[in-house]
Amino acid sequence: MQELMIAKAKELLGNSTVNRVLGWETGEFVYDITPAVFESAEELDARFVYNAFCGNNLSKYLIKESRKEGKILVFLKPCDTYSFNQLIKEHRILRENVYVVGIPCDGKTDGEALKAKGVRGITGIREEGDDFVIETLYGEERLARADALLERCTNCKSKKHVVYDELIGEDGEVLASHRFDMVEKLEAMTPDERFAFWRNELSRCIRCNACRNVCPACSCEKCVFDNDASGIAQKAAADSFEENMFHIIRAFHVAGRCTDCGECSRVCPQNIPLHLLNRKFIKDIDSFYGEYQAGEDTESRAPLTNYTEGDVEPSVVYERGNN
Amino acid sequence: MKALSLAKLPELFSLVASKEALYIPADDGAGSARFTRYTEGLEMTDKLNTVRSAKDFFFPQTENLVDFKLKGKEIEISDPRTEHEDFVLFGVRACDARSFQILDKVFLVDPVDTYYQSRREHGTVVTLACTKPEETCFCSVFGIDAAAPEGDARCFIEGETVYFEALTGKGEAFLETVSPLLTDSDDSAVKAQQEKTREILQKLPLKNLSLEGFGAENLLKLFDSEKWAELSESCLGCGTCTFVCPTCQCYDIRDFDTGNGVKRFRCWDSCMYSDFTKMAHGNPRVSQLERFRQRFMHKLVYFPANNDGEYGCVGCGRCLAKCPISMNIVKVAKALEGEVR
Repeated sequence: MQELMIAKAKELLGNSTVNRVLGWETGEFVYDITPAVFESAEELDARFVYNAFCGNNLSKYLIKESRKEGKILVFLKPCDTYSFNQLIKEHRILRENVYVVGIPCDGKTDGEALKAKGVRGITGIREEGDDFVIETLYGEERLARADALLERCTNCKSKKHVVYDELIGEDGEVLASHRFDMVEKLEAMTPDERFAFWRNELSRCIRCNACRNVCPACSCEKCVFDNDASGIAQKAAADSFEENMFHIIRAFHVAGRCTDCGECSRVCPQNIPLHLLNRKFIKDIDSFYGEYQAGEDTESRAPLTNYTEGDVEPSVVYERGNN
Repeated sequence: MKALSLAKLPELFSLVASKEALYIPADDGAGSARFTRYTEGLEMTDKLNTVRSAKDFFFPQTENLVDFKLKGKEIEISDPRTEHEDFVLFGVRACDARSFQILDKVFLVDPVDTYYQSRREHGTVVTLACTKPEETCFCSVFGIDAAAPEGDARCFIEGETVYFEALTGKGEAFLETVSPLLTDSDDSAVKAQQEKTREILQKLPLKNLSLEGFGAENLLKLFDSEKWAELSESCLGCGTCTFVCPTCQCYDIRDFDTGNGVKRFRCWDSCMYSDFTKMAHGNPRVSQLERFRQRFMHKLVYFPANNDGEYGCVGCGRCLAKCPISMNIVKVAKALEGEVR
């Protein structure tokens, strides 16, 4: 796949369809991959990579990149295309300045995910059949691919590209995922249990803002929490609930726009399952307003910015809150 | 050298915790480790290191500096500090132990930061030698020996035995506290362990990272490098690297309005943030390129220039593991090699 992508990028650079390529760049190890812009065939040959560790969703970079001179080629995995579409819908990306090449994805992982399985001292990784074979300072280890994937990939919602100018490989289908299973478990808890669950998870937050900064739905020019003039910009929590509120407010702000790309949970240095907050909103929106997948299209009205007579009444809060 | 059966480590923890606060690295239930206050039954993690560094104990993420209270037309000013309790920080790795020396160079020079100083005075650091370093470790680049960590006292877990050695007066006092549990031992097992660890350290992929030429003599060359644009291009501007870093020491001081007074606090700041060092005219570093450059120039150039060549990095590898886009000090140093050599 990597070779096909490099060839495609060279072709589009060569015939001046684009003047830059947004992709992934190799690092020191196999797994530490950085999003990067390539401008020549030489750069592509030297540093371009596509493998199981290219988890970064490149869509958000296009807010800035699509405002630069010329057209940029971007490689988007199926789930990244939803973020891209959503940003188009919100008029954040200039579509005419982007050439989208859809690429297949069979699930991503990262160094942290492998280490969570107890692997130490990774010096090399190769894929053999359904396994990762990992060379370490302490010997060779073998992990089943399916066991080592990022959470979002074990619950992959779609292998279908919802937007592209060109596709490499076959397009896939929207999948029936189990992504709401954990939300259902949380819903089944008593309010006290659920409160304790979130207090515990969010207590680890160090307010590094990685979740916000990586989130394609968090695309405000200036976040209210960074704005001194807002009166609520705080680098320090006034009490032990403030960090909790930050995440709750953020979840509300991206509700109906979050495509469930899972970047927030991937980047959290403290392994807080932030995606569960967003999934709760998605699940509720589905049940209140009918099935809706943010980023699926660029034209429809989003449920939270639309009105229909069938909309749920506010009283549903009381009906549902009684458990 | 003193020895203790590994099975008796909980007894040692209990004994220490009965006299003063004890913090050990323990699993956080979410796949990582963090320094946790010891209570009966808490077990030490087998993870190499904690996500948050041990600097938290001397330089906490937030702390109140001074309180102002309005009383009629008077303003009452009070110091909110209470006397710090004595504490033992157990299981600190060699990299974090060195980071305290770097922080000392910032906070214990004139004018001394008395908040930091008080915590340093009350804390005893007991380090734990590494035996299974990660590929992201590069402490040896900074002359740190992971097999023989610094600290007030250090310990080595080898087989079913924990060996202890005091390095300072505080360390001796710590060993005295737990002496009923300890027996005398020779150091042959420790020597053998160190030899084995050093062999692994020799195989680490980043051990040859060279910082030759990073210093005041090349300051402008490095500052003006064209590489910064490329290196910072995909930086998200989050504060992960700065907050997990054991040597990042920048802070902000702000006022919190309590309604009838003000609590003046300080909190960790990050040069990656848009309001870092914001002054009346705005942030002097207007783009992410400049903010990103600041972090690495500080660690690799400004800090050594002002501190006898000591870099503001200990090679713990946390930023390598945690950066959302896997950009880090190793990649930066390698990319800038060409400017200085």
